[in-house]
Amino acid sequence: MSNPFKQTRKRPGEWIMEWSIRLVASASIVMIFLILLFVMREAATLFVSAEATTEATSTPSAGSNMEPESYNPDAPADAAASEPDVYNPEAEDPTTTQQQGEPGAPGQFIYASKNPKYPEIYNPDTGLLPEDIDVVAEDQAEVDTSRKTSVLSKLTGDQWQPVGDVPKFGVKPLLIGTLKTTTIAILIGAPLGILAALYVAFFAKRRVREVVKPAIELLAGFPSVVIGFFCLVTVASFIQDITGAPYRLNAVVGGIGLALAVIPIVFSIAEDALSAVPKTLREASLALGSTEWQTAYRVMLPAAAPGVFAAVLLGIGRAFGETMIAIMATGNAPLSSFSPLEPARTVAATIGSEMGEVVWGSEHYGVLFFMGVLLFVFSFGLNAVTELYVKKRLIKKFQGQ
Amino acid sequence: MQTSTSSMPLPKRLIGFFAVTIALTAAVAVLGIILGMVGSFVSNGGGGVTWTFLSEFPRNNNTEGGIWPALAGTTLLVLLMTILGVPVGTATAIYLTEFAKQDSWFARSVRFAVNTLAGVPSIVFGLFGVGFFIQFMGNGIDGWLGTSSFGDGSLLWSAATLAVLTLPVVIVAVEEALRAVPRDLREASLALGATRWQTIVKVVVPNAVTGILTGSILAVGRGAGEVAAILFVGVTYSSESIPSAVTEKFMHLGYHLFVLSTQSPDVDLTLPLQYATTLVLLGLTFLLNLTAILIRSRLRKR
Repeated sequence: MSNPFKQTRKRPGEWIMEWSIRLVASASIVMIFLILLFVMREAATLFVSAEATTEATSTPSAGSNMEPESYNPDAPADAAASEPDVYNPEAEDPTTTQQQGEPGAPGQFIYASKNPKYPEIYNPDTGLLPEDIDVVAEDQAEVDTSRKTSVLSKLTGDQWQPVGDVPKFGVKPLLIGTLKTTTIAILIGAPLGILAALYVAFFAKRRVREVVKPAIELLAGFPSVVIGFFCLVTVASFIQDITGAPYRLNAVVGGIGLALAVIPIVFSIAEDALSAVPKTLREASLALGSTEWQTAYRVMLPAAAPGVFAAVLLGIGRAFGETMIAIMATGNAPLSSFSPLEPARTVAATIGSEMGEVVWGSEHYGVLFFMGVLLFVFSFGLNAVTELYVKKRLIKKFQGQ
Repeated sequence: MQTSTSSMPLPKRLIGFFAVTIALTAAVAVLGIILGMVGSFVSNGGGGVTWTFLSEFPRNNNTEGGIWPALAGTTLLVLLMTILGVPVGTATAIYLTEFAKQDSWFARSVRFAVNTLAGVPSIVFGLFGVGFFIQFMGNGIDGWLGTSSFGDGSLLWSAATLAVLTLPVVIVAVEEALRAVPRDLREASLALGATRWQTIVKVVVPNAVTGILTGSILAVGRGAGEVAAILFVGVTYSSESIPSAVTEKFMHLGYHLFVLSTQSPDVDLTLPLQYATTLVLLGLTFLLNLTAILIRSRLRKR
């Protein structure tokens, strides 16, 4: 819409209001940056502190605790004193992440032992309990250096065992699990969604369309816990009866659940794309003597192909990012198996199920946030591709090359 | 290419029949799954939804009793979320329809950001809630005011997280409503000498109130069912009371269902409760979405 308000009188109050609206409108952009920044910030403890350790060992004094500029200098001391088991964000600062310095110094890392099951989680090599750390701080820093530098090699390992004497953070089984469930979800969801869209856009009578379309859109409003629960109690038994799978919850059950989340997305975007194909194409095809189905499959579907492709891409984005269905229906075991009838564990489900029990600020915590960054970057990339590439092609196509 | 249907050879006609049937089957299958799902919840959970179930606290470690605190917690959560999110979403939509030059880089970036925000997995919003709202803002406020109540998960931070998550829903719905306001109205107002701001406040927005309402309802529907984003930002599985301050933790219907069906030691024991909870949650979101769809289709006809 072109702007109909070009030359109007301005009053100071209105000018302020208009600019504040502009300012508020930038909130979405700001949020995208904040999400990336703060999820990365929590994950950064993993990587930054590897260098910081060497730095800090050379200058191991409490005085070297530099305060980040944006912060109230009193904050760390207060937070540390008043609430010892809340992770202190000041500790993010590379020089303060280490455990040296006088006990109780400002910005010193406070090890929370919220979960008594693994109090030693931060020091698997020495088995030190958090309370002992102050005493042996100097040795500790050196052990830490060797451990932290190997974070990248740890992430590429074959096993995911975050809890234990020697925690293993290999993301490979999680990636395999995500790939497995997402593939199953797309293989089921995409054809169903696209074909249903084709039916609604071309073959259905108007009255049928007015019932079917909102019904499928309602499925988009189903909370994912509800879909997860449905898979857990109904689909799982059904699949086990058919296939005789040894595990009640497996990648197929999870994949079906994710497909239920994917279908409405694929459907509505594909339906939009199909309805947006110019009528002239359809009429020309029919005028040349082709039938309805030939027109639908050979003219309209290819014409709307970029939009349908976008629908599938966004469906993939939904499938790998979906958490509750994945936690509830996939069996949640981090296996490196490609078999669809064995349990799987997705990246999102791992974050969802482990974040609640993790010690805030620990290595495990950093790894979970790092996987969050991966999810964000991947979904951002998918969206950028659909926005910038697919839509441009669609416009070009309909306006005629 | 064939000249008419009747002169087509039989195999081709069979393919044609098959092509239409397969599309029909897909549509029927999707509808069947939806009906089957709703049907199983209604038949298994219908008997469990009673007044006592809705109005009682859970008893005996969540194995008996009702869902009142979860229902109340969810309601408080979405109310707070609406207060935080809808004004921002509405302002953004007003900017996009009324102020923005459609090709300006800023308008395009806002649009891109809104679409991106809609595609970010909800679990990432949960991490964002921990990293930004609790760790950064909460601890910051605590350090500043000398309190200790903000640096932990709470109703406030959950609502803020959900407000960010539902922002695109509000923006898209309100924008659609604003665009449906006829251009004539705007031009008439301007022709009478009203300024741009007066036109927006007195003509455009009053005509789009139903749209803003639709946006809020859709956002509430989305927020009420969202669990992944609030998992670590303040939801709790058991609570003695209804939260009386925004810094308290709260119970949530979706999370309650999740805990009952996966985290409790004897899952089968509470199966009737799980079905009843599902039915209440689904009914709630279903009603909200249905209302929004009905308002919207009326809007489109206009």
